[in-house]
Amino acid sequence: MSNLAETSHALVVERVFPHTPQKLWRALTEGSLLAQWLLNNDFEPVVGRRFQFRREPMPNWNGVIDCEVSVVDPLKELSYSWVAMGLETVVRWTLTPAEGGTHLRMEQSGFGPGREANYKGAKYGWQSFFNGLERTLATFD
Amino acid sequence: MASSNPNPVFRALADPTRRAIFQQLSRHGEQTVHGLTHHAGVSQPAVSKHLTVLKRAKLVRHRRDGRETHYRAQPEALAPMVDWLNVYGAFWRDRFDRLEDLLGRMDP
Repeated sequence: MSNLAETSHALVVERVFPHTPQKLWRALTEGSLLAQWLLNNDFEPVVGRRFQFRREPMPNWNGVIDCEVSVVDPLKELSYSWVAMGLETVVRWTLTPAEGGTHLRMEQSGFGPGREANYKGAKYGWQSFFNGLERTLATFD
Repeated sequence: MASSNPNPVFRALADPTRRAIFQQLSRHGEQTVHGLTHHAGVSQPAVSKHLTVLKRAKLVRHRRDGRETHYRAQPEALAPMVDWLNVYGAFWRDRFDRLEDLLGRMDP
């Protein structure tokens, strides 16, 4: 059901919601609905649209998340950059019809100015790095 | 969002060669530039440059022994990144819960 084929993804949250893709798409793309569950925003589902999510400011952060829409594939995929505290990531939503509803997957990836280079293929991609992280930390305890 | 700034660590590890060097040191312990170059598949000056970036992020420490410099990983320096991942993981799961509530309230 879930598509975990990518090698560079870093943070994935997914869930099957007992609702139609249409309804989920609305919740993901209508600014007023988006504000009710994610964050205040001036989002519009248009490729190239620059917008902001706003959180409550914190001592060392103004709470602004700068974004730019990169993919709008109605009912299937939505993607935007997510730049917060100088850290550039990409948030990608994918919707897949599932038994009893819609499978929603959120993937936040990037973690750096450069794209994933083809250095020894996927061997040193972020995902394999994160997979090895626990082991790495454990060895040094 | 996270208590300490994860940027230097993410930035240092944004490069796959640096990730490879860091993993190499984490898994196989202390090594010299020469030893690391053998594994990294890039030139010795390139490895030295990468080590400088890793040292600045405190991910790597060095010690001199005569003419040799030995490098080792400092996995504790990963803590801000691990924090960041944990905090963001919790953030998204919380938002998924809120989305579920909202969907329940929306017209079909």
